[in-house]
Amino acid sequence: MAARPDEGTAPWLDPKAQPYIRIENVTKKFGEFVAVDDVTLNVYRGEIFCLLGGSGCGKTTLLRMLAGFERPTSGRIFIDGVPMEGVPPYERPVNMMFQSYALFPHMTVEQNVAFGLKQEKLPRDEIRDRVAEMLSIVKLNGLEKRKPHQLSGGQRQRVALARSLVKRPKLLLLDEPLGALDKKLREHTQFELVNIQERLGVTFIVVTHDQEEAMTLASRIGVMNQGSIVQVGTPHDIYEFPNSRFVAEFIGNVNMFEGRIVEDEPDHVTIDSPDLGGVIYVGHGVSTAPDAIVWAAIRPEKMVLSREQPPGEYNRASGIIKEIAYMGDLSIYIVQLDSGRRVRVTKPNTYRHAENELTWDERVWVSWDESSSVVVTE
Amino acid sequence: MANPSYVTLGQRILAGLDKALTTVMASPPYRWSQGILRRAGVTGRTLVIAVPWVWLLIFFLIPFIIVFKISFAETRWLGSPPYAPIWEWVEGHALHVKITFANYLFLLSDSLYVQAFLSSLKVASVSTILCLLLGYPMAYGIARADPSWRNTLLLLVILPFWTSFLLRVYAWMGLLNNHGVINQFLMWTGIIDEPIVMLQTDFAMYIGIVYSYLPFMILPLYSNLEKHDPTLLEAAVDLGCRPFRAFLSITLPLSKPGIIAGSMLVFIPAVGEFVIPRLLGGTDSLMIGRVLWDEYFLNRNWPVASAVAIALLLLLVIPIVIFQRYQLQEASGEQQR
Repeated sequence: MAARPDEGTAPWLDPKAQPYIRIENVTKKFGEFVAVDDVTLNVYRGEIFCLLGGSGCGKTTLLRMLAGFERPTSGRIFIDGVPMEGVPPYERPVNMMFQSYALFPHMTVEQNVAFGLKQEKLPRDEIRDRVAEMLSIVKLNGLEKRKPHQLSGGQRQRVALARSLVKRPKLLLLDEPLGALDKKLREHTQFELVNIQERLGVTFIVVTHDQEEAMTLASRIGVMNQGSIVQVGTPHDIYEFPNSRFVAEFIGNVNMFEGRIVEDEPDHVTIDSPDLGGVIYVGHGVSTAPDAIVWAAIRPEKMVLSREQPPGEYNRASGIIKEIAYMGDLSIYIVQLDSGRRVRVTKPNTYRHAENELTWDERVWVSWDESSSVVVTE
Repeated sequence: MANPSYVTLGQRILAGLDKALTTVMASPPYRWSQGILRRAGVTGRTLVIAVPWVWLLIFFLIPFIIVFKISFAETRWLGSPPYAPIWEWVEGHALHVKITFANYLFLLSDSLYVQAFLSSLKVASVSTILCLLLGYPMAYGIARADPSWRNTLLLLVILPFWTSFLLRVYAWMGLLNNHGVINQFLMWTGIIDEPIVMLQTDFAMYIGIVYSYLPFMILPLYSNLEKHDPTLLEAAVDLGCRPFRAFLSITLPLSKPGIIAGSMLVFIPAVGEFVIPRLLGGTDSLMIGRVLWDEYFLNRNWPVASAVAIALLLLLVIPIVIFQRYQLQEASGEQQR
């Protein structure tokens, strides 16, 4: 769904690439409250960049500063090399798709989409052609004369998208673009949004609290917490290599074991974890002080359940299955380890009829590969 | 309702009535009495709906019919009542009906009445426009004010109603007359040497009408503007629209129902206004309300006075019907989903 990682679609890895949008040490305070705290961020041309975070993490404030509705308390924003200080929203090469869509209720679909072009005082013919073109891109042909209240939620979302794209902005800001749609429509719309973005080549910055939305849309994700960006990376990086407990727990599910580093070698670490009731062996080095308290994070789908004791002496623990949730494509097992900790393990339902299936209150072993865990220090 | 800015005044009143109805119907005395009524073949719902009907019948329809009837009677200069009966039993067995259109024709023949109607419409229109020009920024200001201030500001708008209307008009007389506060102040500052004649002029009359009816303009406008979604304006500005143009192309058209409701509430009573022109306006100010009064109490010509009243009513009913139709269209457009 997300932009394919072709050659040259990862400009953030190229040290010579010029960022298209540059956010430099931007801070925004509302009175004493720091909404955005010293954020520095580069976004490259043609990216779909997702700002992901819970409510009140400052992601919307950051978006509103890009649109020009809020002024940074300190720091600067550049779009295509031009500083945005003192540039009012109506003069920025930026358009926004609002969470509520903010369609003008007294105007038809056509008038809504044409509104931005009319402000540019373009010739009537050009406006008509561009509106028609944009409406066909978002597949709204035939609905030109409808008013917003005569449209379904999905159609409104597309009108809002068309209205914000028709001005050919350098940057499109999307505030929870799929938030108001139901689940089936969301998945469909995610595809469409990415297709349209690839076709028009506009840079997108998307704000969302929904990690699934971020994972499917984004070329890169910036995870925000309490006004700061805590990690920036591709969806894969963010999911597989979270840099903190916050990111690991915010994206997807994770089993987190607290422990103390026993052995700290360049190629591996061992962690003694009373939380697990055993020793964790991690197949990569960690740069931290010996005896430091660390956390090992293991995703539920990377854990294996078995009746027999797995070989080796690390990365395993025994426990009792307390709960099973059948989800169709996979099943979730909650296992209570002998240490008292509950862990979450998922297992794909590969076969329709599985005989000798694990069941409630059964004693099992939980284990994982040495390359599956990630060590985080904060 | 997807867009609350289109909810009409009527719909809001209906919603309120509906809520009241539900509360009443849940109460034990109601259910108890309903049991009795049902045995008598009357449902409680009919009874509740009947209350406004009965009210309108007694206090509006019946007086209207009486006035309507008198307007077709002949004037009788002596005796009481001062009009000839429309039907009479002649010698005990023949029904004698006498209907005359002379009173209505008289209204047309004497230019005084036509002029009074026209000048009333003019005064009401000018007052409505002045109220709109003054009231719109005030309503907008209140709607955009900090929520903690809004109720206080609204209270200030309504506050004058807590004093008698007549008293407030008299207060204006005190302010505007030749030895009044305004003239004395201006003379004290030396701006003028002689008092400006303000009382008994059109100027004073407009001040009185605009002052008295301004809240009726502000309140419906406020209730409309307050529900506007501020992100619509942000969206307009984001699409390259300067803030003032955004107001003209978004806020103004969306406040149309509020403008119409407020204008109706000012225009309709202003047409028939009697007290303010009488007390503040000049002796030559010709308002239909004043003509009506004179016709009734000075000339004691009840049939002509009734004809004036009926004509006035028709004059006002037409814009109300147009307004109603407009609101209905708006509402049915809203329901097309």
